[in-house]
Amino acid sequence: MVEFNLPANSVVKEGKTFSAPADAKNVRAFKIYRFDPDSGDNPRTDTYDIDLDKCGPMVLDALIKIKNEIDATLTFRRSCREGICGSCAMNIDGRNTLACLKPIEDIKGEVKIYPLPHMPVVKDLVPDLSQPYAQLASIEPWLKADSPTPPDGERLQSREERAKLDGLWECILCFSCSTACPSYWWNSDRYLGPAVLLQAYRWLADSRDEYTGERLDALEDPFRLYRCHTIMNCTNTCPKGLNPALAITEIKKMIAERRA
Amino acid sequence: MKMQSDLGRVRGLGSAKSGSSHWWTQRVTAAANLPLGIWFIVSILAGHTANYDAVHAWLSSYFHSTMMILMIVSVAVHFTHGLQVVIEDYVHNRKAEVISLMLIKAVAAFLSVAAIVSVLRIVFAGA
Repeated sequence: MVEFNLPANSVVKEGKTFSAPADAKNVRAFKIYRFDPDSGDNPRTDTYDIDLDKCGPMVLDALIKIKNEIDATLTFRRSCREGICGSCAMNIDGRNTLACLKPIEDIKGEVKIYPLPHMPVVKDLVPDLSQPYAQLASIEPWLKADSPTPPDGERLQSREERAKLDGLWECILCFSCSTACPSYWWNSDRYLGPAVLLQAYRWLADSRDEYTGERLDALEDPFRLYRCHTIMNCTNTCPKGLNPALAITEIKKMIAERRA
Repeated sequence: MKMQSDLGRVRGLGSAKSGSSHWWTQRVTAAANLPLGIWFIVSILAGHTANYDAVHAWLSSYFHSTMMILMIVSVAVHFTHGLQVVIEDYVHNRKAEVISLMLIKAVAAFLSVAAIVSVLRIVFAGA
């Protein structure tokens, strides 16, 4: 059944508070989920008071400042700090997004930061994404064609055909959308989730791909595809402004199209 | 202990290669329920269900009895399809899932057939 309550050892407790320096004028509290699998303790939320006058504008700047200057044990993923790598996806102020693209000033009051929802937590803000990665591999996200590669080495595509990939290729696989989806929360063992379905559609929409039928066969499943009930959390939360719900609807339309 | 690879686990038993007819039927019955529902509400507002004799006269009509049976079928199908999705979403104990799926189908089948028989009795037997 769906679990409405957290198991006893997952209940989040109140943690430590790290106060800002006495001379700080523009202080903001960052309340951050902490979990250390080695300690055996419950997860907790630590509060860090940050002087925003001495911090960059984005939530990721504050996290890096905390790790560098206040608490080196704080663990999170980050790499490009400009919204293209997808590493720093987390739940900020109740919404999945990229810490590097989220301005602190957009958030009122205390900044609450949790890992992506309903994923196993490796440590602090680092979720275990091996399942969505395996689901991505399962849809075979690469060009599949039987026609030999043209002698000049390129498979050509018209401008119109290429335009169909816009809004799909931009996905950076941060999994903000999949982990915002209740269907994915309850049935991630069988439902592929919006991020992976958007990738599946990226190859279905590619004029150069010759395995559309096989791809649709693999997707036509009550759970893999049809667990999507179009509640649009994915589209609402996407930090890149993409529309996974529309891509999923397009897949359903393609399957409907080949029926009698 | 589970040592199966993530990919092996995700691929699982493979695709059911079905689900589209369930999805499509749910949409078709939803679309059908709209005109049928409007007809039903209009009939109630017109006083066709005011008392026993009014209902009797109403459902004796060729058109209204046909509409009523269509609505019973469409609502029952839409109801079972929708509830099936809810159960698949939330009930993760396989035994409980299969039992509840069969139960809702049995209840919907019994209620809809009983309703259709009632309409037919009015149409044919004048009961």
